[in-house]
Amino acid sequence: MKLEDVSKRYGDAVALYPTNLSVESGETTVLIGPSGCGKSTLLRLMIRLIEPDSGSIEFDGKPVTPDNINALRRQIGYVIQEGGLFPHLTARANVLLMARHIGKAEEETHNRLLELSELTRFSEKLLPRYPVELSGGQRQRVSLMRALMLSPELLLLDEPLGALDPLVRASLQKDLKEIFTRLGQTVLFVTHDLAEAIYFADEIVLLNEGRIVQKGTITDLRERPADLFVTEFINAQRGIASL
Amino acid sequence: MNRIRKTEKQERAGNHESAKSKQFLRFRIPWVPNFLLIFSCVPAFLIHSSSAADVVIGSKKFTESYVLGEIAKRTLTEAGIPAEHRQGMGGSIILWEALRGGQIDAYPEYTGTIATEILKSDSNVSPDQVRDSLEKLGVGMTAPLGFNNTYALVMRRSEAQRLGIRTISDLQRYPELKFGLTHEFLDRQDGWRPLRQRYALPQQNVVGIDHALGYSALANGSIAVKDAYSTDAKIEQNDLVVLEDDLHFFPKYEAVFLFRSSKHADAIAALRRLEGTLDETRMIRLNAEAERTKNYTRAADLYFNLGAALAPRPSGHSGPSHFEDSFLRKLTRWTLRHLELAGFSLLLSIIVGIPLGIVASRGGAVGQVILGSAGVVQTIPSLALLALLVPLPFFGISVRTAIAALFLYGLLPIVRNTATGLQDIPRALRESAVALGLSPIARLWEVYLPMASRSILSGIKTSAVINIGTATLAALIGAGGLGEPIISGLNLNDHVTILEGAVPAAVLALLVQWSFDLLDRVLIPRGLRL
Repeated sequence: MKLEDVSKRYGDAVALYPTNLSVESGETTVLIGPSGCGKSTLLRLMIRLIEPDSGSIEFDGKPVTPDNINALRRQIGYVIQEGGLFPHLTARANVLLMARHIGKAEEETHNRLLELSELTRFSEKLLPRYPVELSGGQRQRVSLMRALMLSPELLLLDEPLGALDPLVRASLQKDLKEIFTRLGQTVLFVTHDLAEAIYFADEIVLLNEGRIVQKGTITDLRERPADLFVTEFINAQRGIASL
Repeated sequence: MNRIRKTEKQERAGNHESAKSKQFLRFRIPWVPNFLLIFSCVPAFLIHSSSAADVVIGSKKFTESYVLGEIAKRTLTEAGIPAEHRQGMGGSIILWEALRGGQIDAYPEYTGTIATEILKSDSNVSPDQVRDSLEKLGVGMTAPLGFNNTYALVMRRSEAQRLGIRTISDLQRYPELKFGLTHEFLDRQDGWRPLRQRYALPQQNVVGIDHALGYSALANGSIAVKDAYSTDAKIEQNDLVVLEDDLHFFPKYEAVFLFRSSKHADAIAALRRLEGTLDETRMIRLNAEAERTKNYTRAADLYFNLGAALAPRPSGHSGPSHFEDSFLRKLTRWTLRHLELAGFSLLLSIIVGIPLGIVASRGGAVGQVILGSAGVVQTIPSLALLALLVPLPFFGISVRTAIAALFLYGLLPIVRNTATGLQDIPRALRESAVALGLSPIARLWEVYLPMASRSILSGIKTSAVINIGTATLAALIGAGGLGEPIISGLNLNDHVTILEGAVPAAVLALLVQWSFDLLDRVLIPRGLRL
């Protein structure tokens, strides 16, 4: 996934200044920054939930256009904070929705489902349940299964753990990391939590007020901050963590 | 409605059902999702019926017109011409449009009404001028049948004597008298306003009241003066006096038959045989007989052998068990027709309303226009909507018109609930459906519509209940249903008859409500009900 000079504004408010970003295959890139910095906008632009005002987006070497976007979306998994599960469908139906839509063989999808339920540690017995009958953590696991169902090349996660309590969150973090490693998955992860970013990231991308301030490892950010904001952001989060 | 008289429980005549030929249509729409299929399974709806008879006689919705219609039918039949009588189709304009549109071939009318209401001319034009004007429109007119059924003002005999009122001019001296006039008389070109002007009547206390209810109001003293018709059987029955039209204000209302000039000469000749054969006394007797027995065929029979059959019989022309039987049959027929009207219009509302709701849910100018127009339709009174549809070429006096009106009424709740149901889907879920890569149609089918199903179904439920209620008005244009006894009863001021229709209609509305509550459990996905 490669973005060149992509920008977005809402009326007079600039959500994202012209920005370049590429996500490296097999790596986990974390977008981090304060609320309203443009990290979710960037993610939503990639999957074309919103249209960019300028710039071009390439996926797998091909430009993303309205014509091919639906095909490309099937190669991209997407998980949001509240899971985005459809309440009228069971966990199983949520996971299988897309596979059925494109007419995948029943046996293949069934095997994939079992594989994923083991991978995400989601008990098969819970598959017939509806989203309201599941806990927040369980719902995120189902959402992850749904995103991984078609073996996407890229997984986009928009604060997937943001609404969970700390214990559930910690165990999911551990499981997610394991899953990414096992699958060699290319991941773009949005969070506002520095500790989480450090835990997952091969590369951290720090945004502020619609611009990328710095890209690099946590060591780069700590030892070679691009400007004062980088230092402030890191210190603020560390300050709270050390309380 | 023009010159509405007491409307009879026309079903008791029980003679017109067999003459109606019915055309059944089965509707199946292959693409409707499973929760719509339920509705499309409501079987076989009646569509406009066309007649097998050579001549179709229409009549207005009051006793005298029914009786005249029956007399014409029998006259034609005896002349060897198969005839059908469509009873109580509505008021003058409705009958006139039906005649012009060829849905009926003849109906009884009054010269005054023809001049003022139909030809919109002065009421004093000569019969020859009227005949000429009609001929240009392809309509023929018989000579007068022999009686003048004009408007009149009536009072209780006791009160008129006490106050010394004999003529309409005498009313000038009593400005405090309360008038209860029919809505039609209040609005007619030859009605209340010019009458008041001509006689310089000072009364301020004038209310509009239904004709039959007006007689009760007159009897219990809540009004002192009302409008009536000079051949009205009620005048004698209620001991009323007709005030003399001393300034000769009211035009002549001589009964005639209007017919399509293109009709076969034999049929026209048969109708002409009725000319000059009915004087006022005779007509009053026929009217009284029809009202007493609720049987128009019988009253019409009297015309043919007046004398022998006139001797009053013990009350009830049939045994109680026979009555029970035929009441159940009638009730079944009304109810089935009612369900057909409400069900078929609901089905149309669903088929049209849900797509409109989907478009409207996207907002923008188009959405505003859709919701706006559906809302405007809702504000038109149902009677007015019927009256607006009747003159249109495709509609006229038919079941179609009733279904079209009900369909328009049922639209708004479905459109609005579909639109809001879709708009209420949280953005995150809508985006999830997009991000998954579902095609727009699949998003709608697999995600959005099921998620909005509760709202859509509640819109359909609202429409269904409204339709059951509004369908009672279909009887006004002769489309039948449970409104038939209600409107007859209203015109007769007969509470039992009103209840014969009102109670089943209320029960039906409740049943529909309950069955939709059950349907909710089947059609709304379980995940949304937990």
